[in-house]
Amino acid sequence: MIPVNWYLYLALALFAIGLFGFVGRRNVIIMLLSIEIMLNAANVALAALGTKMQDVTGHILVFFVIAVAAAEAAIGLSLVVLLYKRFREVHMDEVRMLKG
Amino acid sequence: MEKVLFGYLCIAMLGSALLAVFSRNAVKAVLWVLVMFLHQAVLFLTLQAEFLAVVQIIVYAGAVLVLFLFVVYMINLREEVRLPNFVSSYPWAFIAAFGLLVLSVAGLSGYRTARAAGVLTPEALLRYGHARILGEHLFREHFLAFEVAGVLLLVAVLGAVVLVRRIREGAI
Repeated sequence: MIPVNWYLYLALALFAIGLFGFVGRRNVIIMLLSIEIMLNAANVALAALGTKMQDVTGHILVFFVIAVAAAEAAIGLSLVVLLYKRFREVHMDEVRMLKG
Repeated sequence: MEKVLFGYLCIAMLGSALLAVFSRNAVKAVLWVLVMFLHQAVLFLTLQAEFLAVVQIIVYAGAVLVLFLFVVYMINLREEVRLPNFVSSYPWAFIAAFGLLVLSVAGLSGYRTARAAGVLTPEALLRYGHARILGEHLFREHFLAFEVAGVLLLVAVLGAVVLVRRIREGAI
């Protein structure tokens, strides 16, 4: 039986990788992918705790997180398409219209 | 045996996530994230959550990543290979992520699970199966949240269509 702490450490490492990708990358598509990595890290933690506590609520929460992630990906990618139509650019440090 | 499997899944997930974050090509990044999601489905199987594993493959690998791939194909990224990958202040990003990792590992080191008390016992899983238990509790106790999630997905699809539609002169 694998202790639940191992799953939680794995989730933390994945979340840190996703956070670094979101803050550090320039390409907005890979920033959105990093958000997906972070959401999946949260899913790993929720599913592990749900199984170890024998409570079904954690697994139901994973289900809803997956639904919300699908909605977020649709909206985020359509915003990327709009950004590319407007600026011909997907690098977030080049888009500085609001910065003046 | 299961510890070997868990170690392999850890290495594969962390490695493919790192390769996705550090790869230059956006298509390769999406495909590495696909590898990570498939390994995560196997990780759900080790947690006796087979319904979540199937949903992970269908929704993430089948729908979300295909959406990403379509957007990558629509956007011309030919000059991407010559540009720097990271923003100029990326050492700060690394310090922030690493600090978060260290602090949360330190916070987690004293964690002990509470007494397990619930309906997802191994006997019930063997007798009814994971999907049936999950479905019963989803449609009995969390039905309003389920409906709201449906409305959320509908609004997201409509919003995506409205955002990227072509605006013609004279139409509406």
